[in-house]
Amino acid sequence: MNVGEVDILVGLPTHNNAKTIESIVQTIQSGILREFPRERAVIINADGGSRDGTPELVTGISIDDVRPSSNLYALRTLHSISTKYGSNGAGGGVALRTILAAAELLRAKACVVMSPESANIEPDWLSKLLRPVYRDGFDLVTPTYRRHKFEGLLITNLLYPMTRALYGLRIREIYSPEFGFSGRLGTQFLGQNVWNDGSDGSAVELRFTLAAITGKCRIGQSFMGEKLHIERRGADLVPALRQTVGTLFSALEADFPVWSVVAGSQPIPTTGADQEVLLEPLRVNRKRLREMFSTGVAELDSIFQSILSPSTLAELQRIARLGEEDFQYPAELWVRTVYEFAASYQKSVISRDHIIQALAPLFRGRALTFLIENRNASAGEVEQSIEGLCLEFERLKPYLLQLWKSRE
Amino acid sequence: MREMIISELSQALHDMARSFAHFLPRLIVMLILAFVGWVIAYVVKAVLRSILRLIKFDKLSENAGASQLLAKAALPSATEIVSRFVFWVTWLGFILLGVSVLGILGLQEHIARFFLFLPRLFEAMFIMFFGLLAASFFSRAALLAAVNANMPSPRILSLAVRSIIIVFVLSVVFEELGLAEQTMLVAFGIAFGALMLGLAIAFGIGGRDLAQRFLENKIVRGKKQENEDEMSPL
Repeated sequence: MNVGEVDILVGLPTHNNAKTIESIVQTIQSGILREFPRERAVIINADGGSRDGTPELVTGISIDDVRPSSNLYALRTLHSISTKYGSNGAGGGVALRTILAAAELLRAKACVVMSPESANIEPDWLSKLLRPVYRDGFDLVTPTYRRHKFEGLLITNLLYPMTRALYGLRIREIYSPEFGFSGRLGTQFLGQNVWNDGSDGSAVELRFTLAAITGKCRIGQSFMGEKLHIERRGADLVPALRQTVGTLFSALEADFPVWSVVAGSQPIPTTGADQEVLLEPLRVNRKRLREMFSTGVAELDSIFQSILSPSTLAELQRIARLGEEDFQYPAELWVRTVYEFAASYQKSVISRDHIIQALAPLFRGRALTFLIENRNASAGEVEQSIEGLCLEFERLKPYLLQLWKSRE
Repeated sequence: MREMIISELSQALHDMARSFAHFLPRLIVMLILAFVGWVIAYVVKAVLRSILRLIKFDKLSENAGASQLLAKAALPSATEIVSRFVFWVTWLGFILLGVSVLGILGLQEHIARFFLFLPRLFEAMFIMFFGLLAASFFSRAALLAAVNANMPSPRILSLAVRSIIIVFVLSVVFEELGLAEQTMLVAFGIAFGALMLGLAIAFGIGGRDLAQRFLENKIVRGKKQENEDEMSPL
């Protein structure tokens, strides 16, 4: 069936986003008018059963609403298509799958997925994610943001350093709701067996990025600027750990032939700043973090005995007794902890979900150390601290390999 | 007279010889059945042991908390115990089959009851094992959830979950085995009721201050805490 072709496809997964969706669609349209006026473009909205009229808003916004304010004119018709994939917003993977299927059907050359939760999306975001794909032949373009130094601690203390050490590429935002990709990568990912593996399709963006790495695709990153009110699905720690760390740990088994032979790490082409850090003071309840770490270590002792080595557990028990001012969860111990968790996850020493949940109090301990160490740090010092942790993850990679082999 | 005695004796000897001649083949059949049963039971044991090792039954048993109990009692691993149990049940089954061939009066009924009891025994074992597994899983889930929600006394909560499930499983197991059904039902009712009453009293009286602190934190200081913890992990 010939349904036509497009050059650019913008995917917009939504679920009850009526508050923000109008401005986002208008910004997307404005971005297309400015940067891609000659290209055939389409907006595909995959909606998870919104009850606030989000799909109607998406299809109801005309490009004529954008033209007067921007004084721009498209040479092509811009279509907005909305399709419903569920009734309760669950299954983010289905939304991406719908977008990928549409991209394949329409033979889109370059695609971008935009988050419906961004409060300050700019028209040039579209160009920053699409241009490297459309003009320069990249397969995947991930964003980098201007963040507060204490925001995204799970990314800076675990996801970024670990993926960098294992897969050998320095991708700052390995799990982002916004990214650009080529039609080729979309088709390749669509054919992979990630859709029927029993998972609920959470963190499919992370799987997508890992698939691009293991598929040896051309990957770049673009600096987007500051992103306000990033409301992720996993804003709470345990769901966030499940979605991201759980997905990463589970990917390690299939990707073992790839990551086991990687040594060191390489930077990837970056447009704009690599990373910008905001330094305003932020009130954080350090006492609560320390309490939750110490309680976790004491109460979950029997669970940690199944997951951690005796030396790591003994060291954790020692630092759990330290006062708030003396508290320090050293980088080396944190890396050993994470690697032992990853190996235990593969061995399924207990329920995998319980392993991920057991990591939460330990992560709080590591987050506290990061907060203490960088309380008065400048942007450069924060970056240095993250770089030091990354190098520690790379240095101890043989330890993970050793743990991995010992499971046989 | 003498001839009569000799005749009776020879008759008795003759009858005994005839009975023995009738009994001997049955005895041989019984011995053959016992031997064949031993061979089959041995093979079943070996095959079962391999299967259990293949499916990592010991790990399941460890997760269920059964391995720890066995270790404390200086017993072999769960795989070994199940294999040996199946060996003895299988062999005993064959021996009893052989005994029934002997045609000894009164034994037939007991043997039939034994064979009728076997499925219930296996069902009870099955319920017990998966009950322990469920108790271990849900108590660990409760412990993790309580720790991550920063709730007080997570271990007590976890222990309560484990105890409730084990008491329930034990009552089902005894009912399945048909042992002291009424006693177990009453004991379960008393234990469960006592546990609930205990929890109600503990939460109502012992946890009064705790509840007060909890509500204060939630309602009065909730807003402050929210402002302090504006760190997104992602």
